[in-house]
Amino acid sequence: MTALKPLLELRDVSVSFDGFWALKELNLSLRPGELRAVIGPNGAGKTTFLDVITGKLKPQRGDVFFRGSSLLGKSENQIARLGIGRKFQTPRVYQNLSPRRNLELAISGQSTPLQLLFGGLDGAARDRVQHLLAVVGLEEQAHRLAGGLSHGQKQWLEIAMLVAQDPDLLLVDEPVAGLSDAETERTADLLKRLAGEHTVLVIEHDMEFIRNLQAPVTVLHEGHVLCEGPMEQVQNDPRVIEVYLGSDADLETMEDH
Amino acid sequence: MNSFPWLKAWRRWLPWLVLVVAALVLPIVLPPFRLNLLGRFLSLGIVALGIDLIWGYTGLLSLGQGIFFALGGYALGMHLQLGSLAPGQLPEFFGLYGVKSLPGFWQPFTSPLFTFFAIWIVPALVAGLLGYLVFRNRIKGVYFSILTQAALLVFFNFFNGQQKLINGTNGLKTDTAKVFGDLVGSDLVQKELFWLTVVLVVAAWWLCRWLTKGRFGDVLVAIRDDEPRLRFTGYNTTSYKTLVFAVAGALAGISGALYTVQSGIVSPQFMAVPFSIEMVIWVAVGGRGTLIGAVLGAVLINFAKSLVSEQLPETWLFIQGGLFLLVVTALPDGLLGWWWRREVKP
Repeated sequence: MTALKPLLELRDVSVSFDGFWALKELNLSLRPGELRAVIGPNGAGKTTFLDVITGKLKPQRGDVFFRGSSLLGKSENQIARLGIGRKFQTPRVYQNLSPRRNLELAISGQSTPLQLLFGGLDGAARDRVQHLLAVVGLEEQAHRLAGGLSHGQKQWLEIAMLVAQDPDLLLVDEPVAGLSDAETERTADLLKRLAGEHTVLVIEHDMEFIRNLQAPVTVLHEGHVLCEGPMEQVQNDPRVIEVYLGSDADLETMEDH
Repeated sequence: MNSFPWLKAWRRWLPWLVLVVAALVLPIVLPPFRLNLLGRFLSLGIVALGIDLIWGYTGLLSLGQGIFFALGGYALGMHLQLGSLAPGQLPEFFGLYGVKSLPGFWQPFTSPLFTFFAIWIVPALVAGLLGYLVFRNRIKGVYFSILTQAALLVFFNFFNGQQKLINGTNGLKTDTAKVFGDLVGSDLVQKELFWLTVVLVVAAWWLCRWLTKGRFGDVLVAIRDDEPRLRFTGYNTTSYKTLVFAVAGALAGISGALYTVQSGIVSPQFMAVPFSIEMVIWVAVGGRGTLIGAVLGAVLINFAKSLVSEQLPETWLFIQGGLFLLVVTALPDGLLGWWWRREVKP
């Protein structure tokens, strides 16, 4: 292990909703360039954990560090500008804009209102948008309303928007829900390619997909980290088996290997 | 429809044709009284444009645009009250309340230049400040609408109560003031004001079009559709909302000033609650997010109102309510949205 400082570090983070602790003294750190998968049964606190990093929720206790400085007290847009991007569980694209304009907004996140009013998109950015449209296969639909896209197309558009935003840390919540097998595989390839230059954290239920990522796995349970390690080790961990046996949601996907 | 380009062009340009005819032909055929009405209604189109900007595009339903409308009207009204006075004289109404010297905040309105800026900058500043406080605290949706209406009531009651400052309920008359030697209420000046209104409606439309057509406009639409998402992308949505709310305030001020000189009076009635709701109805009926629909809605509904009220004074409110219900249920995109169908911006 090299002495690389962690890009992201959560220290003893606790979040409570009316007395229910959604996160309990959660500790987690990511090295720059790392690809990490986070799994856990429903209600384990996976989405809450992303909400804390991106500034949507303030933890009651603990602290979150990005490149060594605390994110607490920063707004969502300030955190996004520091280089943290997020893809949501259900695809959230701007329905009344075309895919091209969705991407143009994602790529302009660092601009000020006046820059948007008086400055056009430069050639390099336009090329990038065009390239991303091609990568996600939406060239034909580039000028239609994004609201009319299929679920899979919206998922891909949102992934493309995250890539267009070009954050250092990508937080990806259930990227393959509702995608076909072929699309799932392509998504795994895309995320693997992004890692290295970017740091990627993926939350997913689909175990086959996680296996495909070949990334270290963190298991969340009842708001804290149950265990961490390579997929083979994690899935044989008796605590993990017990947690997943306890909730039948992902039992089959865990056992079929 | 693509195989009939002329049909598409017809659909696109007919609303404009209606407006051009209204602006160019009607001044020749209409008697001064009707032309004056048209000028007033066109000036209301400017406040409607602002509402379309903040509501149709950005999703901020303000029920308090009357505040900014009235502020613009009062700014010009005060200037006209002062303009035709001999040095040392006070506007007449001050005598009724025993006021002997001009209140300090009236002083700068002697200057035409100051007034010219005050008409739109004062409402823009008030809107910007109010907007900033509200948006920074992330008040939105119904709470925003209620808050703007509450602010409207505060202003309404304040202006009504201030006899010694701005003649309270009676308001300020403008007809008997003189500009360049002619009475504001004269046919000549009124006709000039009509043309000024036409020019300013076009300018206001152009401004709104410029604000909405590019990426800035896309941000507004994105705020309307999914504001939290936009924050996670790095956009400080508060500044965008504050900015467009201030622009809408400025447009309301200009609108109010033009309306004042074409109706001959500015009074706290400009800040009556129903009037600000009516403004929203014009935009809903004309078509949200279409800009030109807001102007058409303001002109058509107000003309309908004055025609119906002349014949059957009792029925207008029912017709207006019915029209609103019809649009909300049958034509959710308003007359123009229905006429244009949905088009994607390229």
